[in-house]
Amino acid sequence: MTHALADDPRGLARSHPSHGPLLEVRDLSVEYLLEQAVINAVDHVSLDVGAGEFLAIVGESGCGKSTLLFAIARLLYPPAAITGGSVTFQGRNLVGLTETDLSAVRWKDMSVVMQSAMNALNPVLSVAAQFRDAMRAHGVTSKQEIDKRSAEVLRMVGIDPVHLKSYPHQLSGGMRQRAMIAMAMLFTPELIIMDEPTSALDVVAQRSLMAQIKELQRTLGFAVIFVTHDMSLVSHFSDRLMVMYAGQVSEVGRTRQVFDAPKHPYTVGLMDAFPSIRGPRVPLMGIPGSPPDLARPPEGCRFAPRCPKVMPRCETSLPPLYQVEGVGVRCFLYDDGGAR
Amino acid sequence: MRFALRRLGFFALTLWAALSLNFLLPRVMPGNPVESAIASLHVPLTPAEMNAIAAQFGINQHQGLVSEYFTYLGHTLTGNLGVSFVHYPTPVTSYIATGMWWTLGLVGTATILAFILGTAVGAIAAWRRGSRLDSTLPPLLVFTTAIPYFWVGLMLILVFSSVLGWLPSQGGYTLGATPTLSLSFIGDVLQHAILPAFALLITSIGGWVLTMRNTMVGTLTEDYVRMARAKGLPPHRIMMSYAARNAILPNLTGFAMSLGFVVSGAILVEYVFNYPGVGFMLFNAVNGSDYPLMQGLFLLITVVVLLCIVLSDIATAILDPRTRTAA
Amino acid sequence: MAMPISVSSGQPAGLPEPSALPGPGGARGRAARGRLTTAIRRNRKATAGVILLALFTLVALFPGLVPHYDPTEIFFGAKCPSCYSTPALVQSAPSAAHWLGTDLEGHDVFSQVVVGTRAVLVLAVVTGLLTTLIAMVVGVAAAYLGGFWDGVLNVVTDMLLVIPLFPLLIVIVKYLGQSGNLVLILVLTVTGWSYTARQLRSQAQSLRNRDFLLAAKVRGERSFYIIMVEMIPTMTSLLLACFLGNALYAVLAGSGLQFLGLGDPNMVSWGTTLYWADSQGALQSGLYLWEIVPGLCIALLGAAFALLNYAFDEISNPALRPLRAKKARRQAALAAPIGGRLASDDARAS
Repeated sequence: MTHALADDPRGLARSHPSHGPLLEVRDLSVEYLLEQAVINAVDHVSLDVGAGEFLAIVGESGCGKSTLLFAIARLLYPPAAITGGSVTFQGRNLVGLTETDLSAVRWKDMSVVMQSAMNALNPVLSVAAQFRDAMRAHGVTSKQEIDKRSAEVLRMVGIDPVHLKSYPHQLSGGMRQRAMIAMAMLFTPELIIMDEPTSALDVVAQRSLMAQIKELQRTLGFAVIFVTHDMSLVSHFSDRLMVMYAGQVSEVGRTRQVFDAPKHPYTVGLMDAFPSIRGPRVPLMGIPGSPPDLARPPEGCRFAPRCPKVMPRCETSLPPLYQVEGVGVRCFLYDDGGAR
Repeated sequence: MRFALRRLGFFALTLWAALSLNFLLPRVMPGNPVESAIASLHVPLTPAEMNAIAAQFGINQHQGLVSEYFTYLGHTLTGNLGVSFVHYPTPVTSYIATGMWWTLGLVGTATILAFILGTAVGAIAAWRRGSRLDSTLPPLLVFTTAIPYFWVGLMLILVFSSVLGWLPSQGGYTLGATPTLSLSFIGDVLQHAILPAFALLITSIGGWVLTMRNTMVGTLTEDYVRMARAKGLPPHRIMMSYAARNAILPNLTGFAMSLGFVVSGAILVEYVFNYPGVGFMLFNAVNGSDYPLMQGLFLLITVVVLLCIVLSDIATAILDPRTRTAA
Repeated sequence: MAMPISVSSGQPAGLPEPSALPGPGGARGRAARGRLTTAIRRNRKATAGVILLALFTLVALFPGLVPHYDPTEIFFGAKCPSCYSTPALVQSAPSAAHWLGTDLEGHDVFSQVVVGTRAVLVLAVVTGLLTTLIAMVVGVAAAYLGGFWDGVLNVVTDMLLVIPLFPLLIVIVKYLGQSGNLVLILVLTVTGWSYTARQLRSQAQSLRNRDFLLAAKVRGERSFYIIMVEMIPTMTSLLLACFLGNALYAVLAGSGLQFLGLGDPNMVSWGTTLYWADSQGALQSGLYLWEIVPGLCIALLGAAFALLNYAFDEISNPALRPLRAKKARRQAALAAPIGGRLASDDARAS
C-alpha cells in the first residue's frame, strides 16, 4: 500500500464499502504484571471501528481507557502486557507482530495523538526535525518532499509553516497540540488514535480544536478513536460512544442513543452528574463509592457495589454485553431475552 | 543573555570568595606561617630579609588588614602570585606552569574518557533494560565508586609494577631522561601515564554510567519516547536523538559538580604515582610549608574548575534549546 | 572518591502520596518508615549493604569480640648472635599468630585494622549526621522561606559546591597544624554539606505545595510545626540517602587526607595505617598485606554506604528497580519492550 503525499483527500477512495471494519478488537485483555500483584486493567474488551468513523471512549480516571488505547497501538511498556485477545487492523492481527513488522503500519496507517504535546514532543528537536524523522522512517528522503508536506500539514491545522523551525517550548499550548495533530496526519492514515488531546487546554481552545479535528476528519476521511473523561465534549462530535468502567465495556452504541437514553446505571449516573444548562434545575448527583481494586477484581459486575439498581445475582456473576436497540449494555437489567 | 550574565556574575563572586579564603585562612589559623616559612628556608636571615619575605607573603607590619587585602587582590589579579619559598626564587606562576601541562594531559584525558565511555555505557545499559549488562553492571559499579582513588593506584602498582613488572610506577617519564619531542620520549611518557590514567578511569567511570543509566531509565518512560516509537522510528534513532540527547543534560550539569571529585582524584593519584603534575605539587608545597605556592595552586585549581563549568554550561546550551531562549 | 550517584534528587515517586487528611504528621511519618523497612528487606543491594555495615559497626563498637593485640605492641623476631638488639618481627605472610602479618616496625597488621575500625566509623557516622543536619536546615529553610533568603542560601551553597574542596581541605588542615578525628569531622562537616543541601532543597520545594502541607496550613499550624512534623518525615527516604552519601564522602575524604599524612599519625585508623605503609615502602619490602587490607576495608565500608545509598534511590524511584528476570521474559512475550531486544524476543513469543 503506497501512500501518495498529495492533497487529494483520501475520503474519495474510502467511500467504497470495505469488506470489514477497519479495526476489530476482540476480547482484548491487558494486565500490569507488578511484583506484588497483577492488575487487570483491561478485561476482555471488544470494539469495532469502521472507516471514517469517530468513536469516543469515555470513563473516569483509572478505568483503563488509556491502557486500552496504547494496547491497540501496541505502545505498551513493561510491566503492562497484553495477556489475551486480538487487535485486527486492516485485516492483520497486531498482537504478536514484531516491532519491525509494526513499523510498517505505524504512522502510515495508524497514528497517535497524545494528551500533552509538551510531553509528547521531543524538547530538544525542532518541529521540522520531528516531522522529518517520521517521514524519513518511512522512506521519504527527498528534502523537497519533506519540506512541502511538513508545511502542508501545518497549514491544514492553521499554523503558519514558519513555525517549523521552532522548538516545542516556543509554541503556545494550543499550537503545540495542533502541531501534534498535524504530525499525525503526515501520511493521511486511516486511523488516528487520540488520548485526551484537549485535556491540557482551556475550554474555549478545547471546542475549537474539536471542531478542527472534526473538519479534518470530514475532509480527509480518517477514522478516530477519541479517549476522554469529558462526555459532554464528544457528544456533538462522535458517531459512536463507548463507556468504560473498571477495565470493561459497560455501554456502547450510537452517541445520540447513549446520550439521550442511557441504559447502564453507571451511564445514567454520569449523565446525572452533568445537568443540562437549559433544563430544569435538578440537585447535583454524584456516584457514591469508588472504583474496585483491579488487583483483586470482583467476581460479579464491577459496578455492583455502587449501583442503585443492584440485584443479588449482580454480585456473583458478570453480566455479558446484551444488545438492546442497537446499544450494547453490560447489565442484568436487560436480561429479558435480548440478543447477546 | 540575562542568564549568561547571572552565571558570569556568580563565577566572579566565587572567584572573589576563593581569593578571600586564600587571604584569610593563614591569618585566622593558629600558627604563624611566616615563621614556619622562614624556618623552612634553613638559613639564617637578617631582619630586613625576614621583612622582605613577610612582604612577599603579603603580610606587611605597617599596613592595616584591609589595605593588605586590597594589595593582595591587586597583586593576584595582575598575575603576581608571589615567589615560592621552597623553590626560591622561582615565581609561583612559572613554577605552576611546568606542572600544569602534566595534569591537564593526564587528568584531563582520563576524565573526558571516563565521561564519554561512562555516558555511552550508561545509555546502552538503560536501553537494554533487564539484560545481563543492566543487571550486573550497577552493583559492580556501585562498588567501584566507593573505592578510594589512592587505593586503586596502589593496587595497580602492586599488580602491574611490583609483581608483574610490566609498567613503571613512578614519575611522568623515566628519571634522567631529557624531555624532547622525540617518539621514544613520547612513548615513555605514555607508558608512565597508563597506570595513573587507569586508576582515575576505574574510579570515576562508575558515577557516569550510573547517573546516565538512571536518568535514561526515566527518560525512556517519557511520552515523547513513546511517540517516537509510535512513529515507527528505527531503534537507534530513538535511543540517540530522543532518549540519550535528553538524558545527557543532567549529566552535563553533574559534570560541573563532579569536578571537585576529579580534583581530589588528581591530587591523590599524582601523589601515589609521583606524577609531576599540579596535584603532586600541591602536596609537596603543603609538606614543605611553601605557602605562596600552596595559595597559587589553590587559586589555579579554582579557576580551572570554573572554566570547566563554563564549558559545560556552553555544552548544555548547545544541546538544550530551552536554555538558549530562557531569560 | 567518586562523584555522588544519586539522581532522584527531587521527587520521590515511589512512596504513596500522603493524603490531605487531618492527623498527626507523626503517624504518616511512621507509616512511611514502616514501608521503608519492608522495602529494605526486599532489595538485595540494601541487604548486602546493611550486612557489611553491621559487621563493621560491631567491630567498631566491640573490638574485643575479635581477638587482636594492642596495635602499638612490637613483636620481636628471632634472636641473632651478631645483632646488637633483637630485630622487630617483619612478617609478610599470614601466620597463626599474626593473621595479616606484621609491618616494618613489628606491629601486628590485623590489630591495626581491627582497632582502626572505630575511628573510621566514628568519622563517617558523625560527619554524615552533622552534614546532613546542616544540609537539611539550609535546604528546607531555603525552600520554605523562598525569595530573598532562598537566593542568598543558594548562592552560598553553590559557591561551596564550585570551590574545589579537597585542596581547600588540605590547605585548612595544614594551617590548623594538628588533625585528630575531631578536627577532621569539623573540617569535613563545614565544607561538605552543600551537595545534599541542594538535593534537599529541591525536594522540599516540590513538597511545599502538596496538598497535605497546604491542608496543615489551612488548619492553622505554625510554620515550624509544619516543617518539623509534616514535611521532614516524608523526606525520610531522601534524608537517609543523603546521610549515606555524606558518610561515604567522609570516609573517602578523611582517609585521603590521612593517607597524605595530614591526619594525626599517632591515631590508629585505616587511613593512617596506609600512610605508614606507603611512607615506609611496604610495596617495595614485599609487605603486600599491610598495603592491601586497610584500603580494602575502606573500599568495603564505602561500598556498604554506596550500596545502601543506591538502594534508597531505587526504593524512592520504582522505575529504577531491577526487573525480575522471569517477569521480564513473560512480558517480552506479549508486549513489545522499550528498546534493544526487539525482533528476537518477539519472535520467541510467536
